[in-house]
Amino acid sequence: MSVFSLVSRAADITGIITFKGTPPPEYTNNLIMENDYCSQFYSTPPTTHFYVVGNDGGLADVVVYLKDANGNDITGESTGTSQPPVALDQKDCMYTPQILAIQTGQKLEVKNSDQCVHNVHCVPTVSGNEERNEVQMPGGPDLFFTFPKPEMFITFKCDIHQWMFAWVSVFDNPYFDISNTEGKFTIKNVPPGKYTLVADHRKLGAQTQVIDVGDKNVTVNFTFEIKK
Amino acid sequence: MDKKYKEKHNCWLHRFAVLTAVATFLLLAAGGLVTSNGAGLSVPDWPNSYGYSMFAFPPSKWVGGIFYEHTHRLWASVVGLMTTILAVWILLKDSRMWMKWLGLAAFLGVVAQGVLGGLRVIWVDADLGIVHGVVGQTFFILMCAIALFTSRFWKGISEENKLNVPRSLRTVVLATTGLIFVQLILGATMRGQHAGLAIPDFPLAYGQIWPDTSFAALEHYNALSSNPNIITAFQIILQMVHRLVALTIFIGVTVCAVMAWRQLGRRDALTKFALFWLALVMMQIGLGAWTVLSNKAADIATAHLLGGALALMTGALWCIVAFRRSARSLETETVPFGALGTFAGNK
Repeated sequence: MSVFSLVSRAADITGIITFKGTPPPEYTNNLIMENDYCSQFYSTPPTTHFYVVGNDGGLADVVVYLKDANGNDITGESTGTSQPPVALDQKDCMYTPQILAIQTGQKLEVKNSDQCVHNVHCVPTVSGNEERNEVQMPGGPDLFFTFPKPEMFITFKCDIHQWMFAWVSVFDNPYFDISNTEGKFTIKNVPPGKYTLVADHRKLGAQTQVIDVGDKNVTVNFTFEIKK
Repeated sequence: MDKKYKEKHNCWLHRFAVLTAVATFLLLAAGGLVTSNGAGLSVPDWPNSYGYSMFAFPPSKWVGGIFYEHTHRLWASVVGLMTTILAVWILLKDSRMWMKWLGLAAFLGVVAQGVLGGLRVIWVDADLGIVHGVVGQTFFILMCAIALFTSRFWKGISEENKLNVPRSLRTVVLATTGLIFVQLILGATMRGQHAGLAIPDFPLAYGQIWPDTSFAALEHYNALSSNPNIITAFQIILQMVHRLVALTIFIGVTVCAVMAWRQLGRRDALTKFALFWLALVMMQIGLGAWTVLSNKAADIATAHLLGGALALMTGALWCIVAFRRSARSLETETVPFGALGTFAGNK
């Protein structure tokens, strides 16, 4: 079988993630208004963005990824070292984006677009991923982070501006995506086989579906709601 | 009191010891504000601050969390200097050998505490932060004890003119004080774990006497929580244990106050001290509730930390005075008493 026919048998997994019901109220950030530099970007106190729900109910910031058919992590398939860095910016005293995903060995490039100092403090919990705390001056060089072990939702925070948080998930394979503001996701070039597809929202938890991937694209949808 | 004894009392040493204890208390407040504002690592280097000498870091750069962390370091330096002066003063002017050792212990303690704080920053070690918090409060007790030992009150205690404190009462106070120390460690661990926001209501926990910590329940709590950190079962249980220990402490302190009233009489200084202790613990429970209900407001959480420190200090000093009065102390000292002759306190 030629390489080209093998490649042509890889398929994409697409889908839409929706939120059913009314999301809980976000938390108002009054602290930011007490900061001389940061408050200039906000006419009213901003809120948290734990739930980003579009007009059609699309739920953003859901990390969608594959496990094997038995629900175990897919490991040893990282292409992270050959991938371009993923950018995390500090802008208007907020991390942008808030939810990211990279591969093991892939660089996370942290930028400071603000004219104030931030400290970039990552707090992984998996052994092998190093906790780091670095100063980043305004106009200073970008900082680079890599993680050798898979881990979900590694916290990045600024201890100077205590409301600043971002969460980075690390996978040992390239089969993941993050849903956009319409709730859409696409995992590209998935080899044929049986998998467990996981949709993980940091506040709402995770849902799974067992899927079969052949040589045609597969569509899988998820619906999240807050159970009483 | 004998005039000759009065002249021997070094009131300025005592006053400086009290001032150092007060400064240490203020340092606890400064340190508490650091953790309450999540600013522990806002200054990533030590002993410098963003490359500046600690004492030359421009105030214009003390922004956000940096303000809390840097002022904490500066005040810690003041306390370090005061402790050093106190230790040298005791070494030179206090004739009691055990006090000289205590002064040395205070000096070594403040140095160790400073190093612990610095290592917590440069090693990025959250567990060291918990140790730093516990050692800080223990050091505060030591400074209060030194203030007590240099006081005229302490030197005036003798078995001739004070009631012995019954062993049963001493034991209950000692046990309750020990429990407060355990509570201190629990509280420090909670603060290190960010478990203070793990339960949003009081006195119930998620509307129940004992909250559901099943997987489904945790998912529900996290979905509704404003806490940026994920709430875990461990954090919830940790806070519940903290609440239960608080209740036990309240019962213990109440028993102490009742026993003191009955056994020592209402006019005895230790009875009054026990009643003060009870009021303090009640206030502390109120502060704990307020911390939860205020969504862990930084100033309220810090006040709760300080209340805990005062409760521990009260119990510790009560025990020290009680054991001294009961003539069970292990130290040997001679204090000129004029017409009363020499008092040897080793039984």
